[in-house]
Amino acid sequence: MSLLHIDTLDLSFAKTPILRGVTLGLEPGEILGLVGESGSGKSMTALSVMGLLPQGARATGRIWLDGQDLLALSERQMCALRGNQIGMIFQEPMTALNPLMTIGDQVAETLMVHRKMPRAEARAIARAKLDRVGLPGPRFPLSLYPHELSGGQRQRVAIALAIALQPRLLIADEPTTALDVTTQAEVLNLLRDLARAEDMALILITHDLAVVAGMADRVAVMRHGQIVETGPTEPLFRAPRHPYTAQLLAASTHRPKAAARPGPAAEHEYFCQEEAAGISSWQKYSKSDAALLRVAGATRIYRLPRPRPFAPHPELRAVDDVSFQIGPGESVGLVGESGCGKSTLTRAILGLDPLQAGSITLGAHPVGPGMPQAARADVQVVFQDPYGSFNPRQRVETLVAEPFHLTGRPADWQDRVAAALSEVGLAPEDGAKFIHEFSGGQRQRIAIARALIIRPKLIVLDEAVSALDVRVRAQVLDLLATLQASHDLAYLFISHDLSVVRNVTTRCLVMQAGRIVEQGPTEALFTAPRHPYTAELLAAAPQIPPAWMEDRAHATPLV
Amino acid sequence: MKPALALGAVLSGAALAAAVLSLVWTPYDITQLAIAQKLQPPSLAHWAGTDHFGRDIASMLMAGARTSLAVALVAVGIGMGVGVPLGLSAAALRGSWVDEAIMRGNDLIFAFPSLVIAILITAVFGPSATNAIIAIGIFNIPVFARVSRAGALSLWTLDYIRAARVAGKGRARISAEHILPNIANLLIVQGTIQFSLGILAEAGLSYVGLGAQPPTASWGRMLAEAQTMVTLAPHVALAPGLAIVATVLGLNLLGDGLRDALDPRLRGRMA
Repeated sequence: MSLLHIDTLDLSFAKTPILRGVTLGLEPGEILGLVGESGSGKSMTALSVMGLLPQGARATGRIWLDGQDLLALSERQMCALRGNQIGMIFQEPMTALNPLMTIGDQVAETLMVHRKMPRAEARAIARAKLDRVGLPGPRFPLSLYPHELSGGQRQRVAIALAIALQPRLLIADEPTTALDVTTQAEVLNLLRDLARAEDMALILITHDLAVVAGMADRVAVMRHGQIVETGPTEPLFRAPRHPYTAQLLAASTHRPKAAARPGPAAEHEYFCQEEAAGISSWQKYSKSDAALLRVAGATRIYRLPRPRPFAPHPELRAVDDVSFQIGPGESVGLVGESGCGKSTLTRAILGLDPLQAGSITLGAHPVGPGMPQAARADVQVVFQDPYGSFNPRQRVETLVAEPFHLTGRPADWQDRVAAALSEVGLAPEDGAKFIHEFSGGQRQRIAIARALIIRPKLIVLDEAVSALDVRVRAQVLDLLATLQASHDLAYLFISHDLSVVRNVTTRCLVMQAGRIVEQGPTEALFTAPRHPYTAELLAAAPQIPPAWMEDRAHATPLV
Repeated sequence: MKPALALGAVLSGAALAAAVLSLVWTPYDITQLAIAQKLQPPSLAHWAGTDHFGRDIASMLMAGARTSLAVALVAVGIGMGVGVPLGLSAAALRGSWVDEAIMRGNDLIFAFPSLVIAILITAVFGPSATNAIIAIGIFNIPVFARVSRAGALSLWTLDYIRAARVAGKGRARISAEHILPNIANLLIVQGTIQFSLGILAEAGLSYVGLGAQPPTASWGRMLAEAQTMVTLAPHVALAPGLAIVATVLGLNLLGDGLRDALDPRLRGRMA
């Protein structure tokens, strides 16, 4: 008999249906991948099982757990069940733990609540659970507070919390989305291992098909509150029956056509810092005169607070002797994990922050906070968060026209805004609307229009597609490729998502702890990494096995 | 229009209308004493009754609204006019000596009890409505400086501010163009709170004799004079008390309603 059986679950808010006839089964020890785009109802399905639906939600149908109908239980009975039989892990490890409680107390708390265990005993079990999730005693005493741990370590604490009572069912809602790729691999391994070793069923909710491919026994694909397809993982990837599944798969491995063209990258010399030890890297590159952006020995130092009075300020070299170039019309990727200095480097390239050593030149002009307005017009930027990138009080036409501040607003600015909006696939009339009337993908298009409006030579794409659903992401990548060809744009593509960087760039830089550890043509770098860190990143990145995708024609239409 | 906003607009509008109307007309002349008519309960001739000098309380309330609203409005104006630019500059130059100087200056003003400073000012310059305005206004400055700095700091980290910097805009221009409109809702809410606190402060200062001087009518003075007769003729104290409550309540409802009505994100949802 199955452990969990969801039978035609319907869910609605007021009169709006959220879930329609969701039916799912789960065996003990099975890993089910629940995938879908944002708003498809994945999380609502999980919250229905947990009995944690927001106010005003009405659920009908049956959710059987071990022969018990969860929807029929009172809140009191659900409290006894939560944590005890069902555990849950959330996306954001930074807010999932109470910052004022030690990690030991937080894990022990569930034991004390559910098992009425004395504190000492509960703490002993908490210790064992923390050991189990890879936070061994000597280095991670129970007395640590969440702020003393990294994101990945906090997520491990959250997992220890969820498995403290050995629940039969564990629900993980995007458990690794906020984590770096190497940390993600470790946390996923831990979850898989827990499910296998402790015979715990796991529902893994994610938008990332590659994560599911490596983890799940079975996959359920959700769209508009319905399960459109469910089946064992490999057959489903090899031969999806529902067109929507096929679209998702195609989009997640999508490669824009124009990006495949040979760029000026081929002429550049392959470079690995370990080999070139002794030769300052920028000397090798400064020979080329054709470069659009030239970063030479860029160094950005932050002064940290004094550890004690009168001690000298310790220094953080956020960007440490970084050198590279970008030619006109070239697509260059910059990958690295959080805290590696990507953002600091970006700010320096945009001329927002000063450098402590080295130089950045764009065309013929040095880049820095004091650079002339006209020189700034050659570089623009698209940010990650489609919701934070726009002033909500201004109309779209004002937002898009903002960079005209650099060049002076031409008389026909409204026509130019309309033209830019058409170029990114929006209607010229959209200029009169406010930003909240647009979806995330449309907002990124508006951000691109804003970057394009003054015809820059270089656009910095700072995680520009990371927050988008796979199908929207594929469309935006296509748009970027088209615009690059028509406007002869150079892109600096900053991302933690290696598959995207691989598909859209011709040359790639790998950054670690403020230094560029490897750079070279993207394909060569991805197929034969020279630096161990690059190899580690590549090995950690979740991937859909290429063999699974070969069976199908690559011509799946992208909708 | 939401009912709360409507009620707030009606109550505040009534106070404002009474204040404006009192400039040209009141039912009775409030400078005329008619001791024979003293302490009459509300009647058709005197809607709110008369006080111990036989003055018409309804007329006194109208004239008092003028004093209360004017004092509170100018005091909020002083607080916003000085405090908001200070707060915006402190946020724009976060961590610099300018920021430190502005915020420590605010702490200094906050550290003094407002009534003590008001007593000091009136002791030096003499009690009057003008000096009450100045005293209340000074204490509004740090409130608005703090609110605008806090609101601005959270905005300065957003991507659209970075986009504006990439577009070459300076800190002053970004503050005026992007920050100020987005903290306007905070300022409106804080403004109405300070406005109602200003009315209460004026009433308090007048009550202890440091605000408006006779014959200028003021709600606070009316309360003070009615205090000794509260068991004998409760309506004399009740009338100005209710006027203060209704106006403060109305302003708070108005502020909340305006905040929602001014936000383009919420505009579509208001039916």
